[in-house]
Amino acid sequence: MSGRRPDWNDPTGVEAPYVGVVFDGRALTARAGEPLSASLLAAGVRTVGTSISTGRPRGVYTADAAEPCAYVRVDSSPGEAMAQATRVETYDGLRAAGLAGYARLPDDREPARADKSWAHCDVLVVGAGPAGLAAALAAARVGARVILADERPHPGGDLLGSRRHIDGTPAAEWIAAALAELHSHPEVRVFTRTTVTGHYDHGEHIALERRPRQDATGNVPDARPRPVSYRLWRIRTRRTVLATGAGERPFAFQGNDRPGVMLAGAAARYAWRYGVLPGRRAVVSGCHDEALWAAVDLHDAGIELAAVADARPAPGTAPVAALRERGVDVLTEHAATRTVATADGVLSDAALAPVDRQGRVAGPDRTFACDLLAVSGGHDPAIALASHTGMRPRWSPPHAAFLPGPLPDATHCVGAAAGTRSADAARAAGHRAGQAAAVAALRTDGTVPAPRAADGTEGQTSEEDGTGDAAGGAPPMALWAVTAPHSDAALTFVDLHRDVTLADLRAAIDAGMTSIEHIKRFTTVGTGPDQGRTSGVLTAGIVAQWLDRSMDQVGGARQRPPVAPVPFAALAGPDRGDLLYPARRTPMHDWHVAHGAVFEDVGQWKRPRYYPRGEEDMRAAVLRECHAAREGVAVLDASTLGKIIVSGHDAPVFLDRIYTGKFSTLRVGRCRYGVMCGADGMVLDDGVAVRLADHSYLVTTTSGNAETVLAWLEEWAQEEWPDLCVHFTHATDHFATVSVVGPRARDVMARIAPDLDVSAEGFPFMTFRDTTVAGVSARVLRVSFTGELTFEIYVSSWYGRAVWEAVMAAGEPHAITPYGTETMHVLRAEKGFIVVGHETDGSVTPIDLGMEWAVSKRKDFVGKRSLSRADTAREDREQLVGLLPDDAGHVLAEGAQLVAGPPGAARNAPTDSSAAWPTPTAPPPRPAPTQGRVTSAYDSAALGRTFGLGLLRGGRERHGERLYAVHLDRIVPVTVTDPVFYDKEGLRRDG
Amino acid sequence: MLLIPCPWCGPRDEAEFRYGGQAGVSYPRDPWALDDGAWAEFLFVRDNPKGWFAERWFHTAGCRRWCHVLRDTLDNRIAASGPAGTQLPAPDTGRTGERADAAASDPARSTRGSRA
Repeated sequence: MSGRRPDWNDPTGVEAPYVGVVFDGRALTARAGEPLSASLLAAGVRTVGTSISTGRPRGVYTADAAEPCAYVRVDSSPGEAMAQATRVETYDGLRAAGLAGYARLPDDREPARADKSWAHCDVLVVGAGPAGLAAALAAARVGARVILADERPHPGGDLLGSRRHIDGTPAAEWIAAALAELHSHPEVRVFTRTTVTGHYDHGEHIALERRPRQDATGNVPDARPRPVSYRLWRIRTRRTVLATGAGERPFAFQGNDRPGVMLAGAAARYAWRYGVLPGRRAVVSGCHDEALWAAVDLHDAGIELAAVADARPAPGTAPVAALRERGVDVLTEHAATRTVATADGVLSDAALAPVDRQGRVAGPDRTFACDLLAVSGGHDPAIALASHTGMRPRWSPPHAAFLPGPLPDATHCVGAAAGTRSADAARAAGHRAGQAAAVAALRTDGTVPAPRAADGTEGQTSEEDGTGDAAGGAPPMALWAVTAPHSDAALTFVDLHRDVTLADLRAAIDAGMTSIEHIKRFTTVGTGPDQGRTSGVLTAGIVAQWLDRSMDQVGGARQRPPVAPVPFAALAGPDRGDLLYPARRTPMHDWHVAHGAVFEDVGQWKRPRYYPRGEEDMRAAVLRECHAAREGVAVLDASTLGKIIVSGHDAPVFLDRIYTGKFSTLRVGRCRYGVMCGADGMVLDDGVAVRLADHSYLVTTTSGNAETVLAWLEEWAQEEWPDLCVHFTHATDHFATVSVVGPRARDVMARIAPDLDVSAEGFPFMTFRDTTVAGVSARVLRVSFTGELTFEIYVSSWYGRAVWEAVMAAGEPHAITPYGTETMHVLRAEKGFIVVGHETDGSVTPIDLGMEWAVSKRKDFVGKRSLSRADTAREDREQLVGLLPDDAGHVLAEGAQLVAGPPGAARNAPTDSSAAWPTPTAPPPRPAPTQGRVTSAYDSAALGRTFGLGLLRGGRERHGERLYAVHLDRIVPVTVTDPVFYDKEGLRRDG
Repeated sequence: MLLIPCPWCGPRDEAEFRYGGQAGVSYPRDPWALDDGAWAEFLFVRDNPKGWFAERWFHTAGCRRWCHVLRDTLDNRIAASGPAGTQLPAPDTGRTGERADAAASDPARSTRGSRA
């Protein structure tokens, strides 16, 4: 049985109260703020949950984020579906349960709340152990803005709770002093519970801050019913010091997953950092001096040592002597080889056997009764963040570990993360790196990287790594798997979370895999939420040994961001629901809402799609709206139309070069339809341009395309024709546009624009007038996107709603009908007017659309040269056509393919390609080749039937032909027609 | 996310910019002097070096100016930037071996007329 140490003082100096928590329905006493795993060990809970695929009982294995075994579900709010017991901070009222296998997301729980924050600094230090604290201090003293981020609740790293001295001072005192000084610097920020999950280009980092429900002092950071649980930081820094420490690595042996088996350093940490005894009687087995020192720590905490084994022939003399003083002789060249369990699967005995350097058992084993088997195979520098730079780690035999390779200038890696095991050496290296980083950062002007530092990475030289034998130490040995001829590979676990065993690795290699990446994917080793922190290098070691390759040849699996799991709730932050994506609303939006409009998204815009009345569905509403526009009067909110003012002395010349048509000859006060092409001759955008003055035009663009067109205009003005005097003002949001449409539109305009001559003669088509509409200064355009008489009223967006309402009031006698985008599309398609993005997709020229009339023969323009390229000038290019389905009530599917073959007449593929088929039976029939596609399709009130537009190969010469429109499993016969269905003569535009 | 040194606004997040591809590929003065092959080369063919690359960025969410940036496609280091139309010199890489060929090629080379 375990328990708490009565003689223990918290090294953080916090007198945390004892609180009540409930685990698996059982009430336990916890020390507030300690990890739940410590509370469980103190309460004697050995089995926390069961493993994901074998269902074996598992207990606490580590003391940190590397935990592969002890996963729990937190039920008290804010809950968590899956959490490492080592990282759940206890508070009064915490309720949790061990996970049996996989976690399940509850259906009913509200997602955790999260927010986002941005931070900038000169030096970001990741990890607040001795190296990180020293680096942050050194950088702060230089005067740099510093952020120090650490994933644990308290800074100090593994030093916190350590009995060793640093800089001649007890560890806890040194940490407290370092923190006090850091807090005295106004430009230093210390982020705890913050995991830097990604190290990206140009000093960008993503960090996940977890906010506790309550901390050790009972402080509640967020008392709202749904507190913010996560904060996602985006940190931009000039220099990064990675002081991420190292993780303890186990070695594998039969039954190494029993509750009671634990990493040696973690066991000592529970005893000294948290005052919790992870067992009463322990066997310790390792292959490096620190495992022996952990045995000393366990002994001094009051745990009986049943046996201590070291796989090396000659362990360090100092720890061996320290153990002998305590009456324990180290069994050299011995290691744990198997475990014995109680009926409920919990450790009862550990067997130690003589082993050779490959971990092969060389003689009979001896069993020792124990409730704790503390094992350690060495330490792996935490180099995941360093790997994000593209750095390839290299194996260092004296360290028996992968150390970081050369790093970019702006990334420093120090301390245990660089293989330095002694705290004093780590502190010294951290100090140097922090100082160098701060000096370099403050010298950088932010635009050009500082010159490459003369030395590559810091703190990696062997004379300071503390592994030498000067102080009675001996170098570590690499120990991977301890195997006897009779041991069961299927019970020898490599990845305790994924339940991957030696047998699984063997199967992968027997299947011919030699790459660590393939083996990882085949076995899933290292793919758990613990990110394989305890299994990654172990896997590489085992594979290298089996394949007789070097560690560098095998390498470690590539480590990519994020370093630790990031909840989707944290990634989303507040950007959910209405805040997911920016929404643009016109000044008339509230009116549309009040009048029952159904909206659709057009780019970022919310546009009314139709205005159903009573029980109307969309089809009925649109037929009614169309009828109003063709026979009476209707009104459209066209404010979303893109509007760009092009001005400057050379604006006419500029537009001549950009548009396919000529605009320098357009008279002031007149409008002209224009098409823009890319350099490749493909239609980019279209719209009406208005000449406001000699040197000023208003250019309209497709809704949602204004930003693209603006960028396009700027590109040509700045990059190609800097000699032209022309500039652009984006005016989309400045104007609200009310489009009054239909034969009765003139009556409505006459009522609200008394100063305006609305007659066809006094205000001809394709002109504009500046006047007063509904008492508001307005510009009215006589253009038409429907074929009907249209007055397009532009007013300052502030007056959009008022003018809209005035139009509605003036039109009441004529039953004026608001219409949405769906009706707009039907009306324009009846006229054969294209919409960029419907009839075009970046591969369609103006000629393909039958718009030769808009393309100047006399002048050059961007893309004109492309129109005579062999491919662009082909006769059988896809061209705009009209389509009439045989079934006059059927609306074609947009995107349906047009094929010549009738249903079932698909031709068979040639049979001579039998080699491509595994059997000599006939290959499946090849579908009839597509000849084009449906781009728009609607039901038309004016035509009394359905119709469509499409792009058809050589379509202009194929009017009258019958084809089939194929969509999914529906095949509809259609007749090809002219794309203009309504008012071919254009007689209706003047009313 | 890259930190792009806008010559007008200073270093800004990549998210504020729109990418414009290779810099220094001018629209031919007289497109009609190019045969179809040379014209297609201008339209569709761009350099794709491993190493220094002069490219264009448009500061859409900032000053709305196009600028030229010299970026190392291997590690995203940015050596220089300037307003539209500037010729950015290929820097001395200070790096070994593999980079020599990429650095030697003129990053601002226009493909225009290479087959004409």
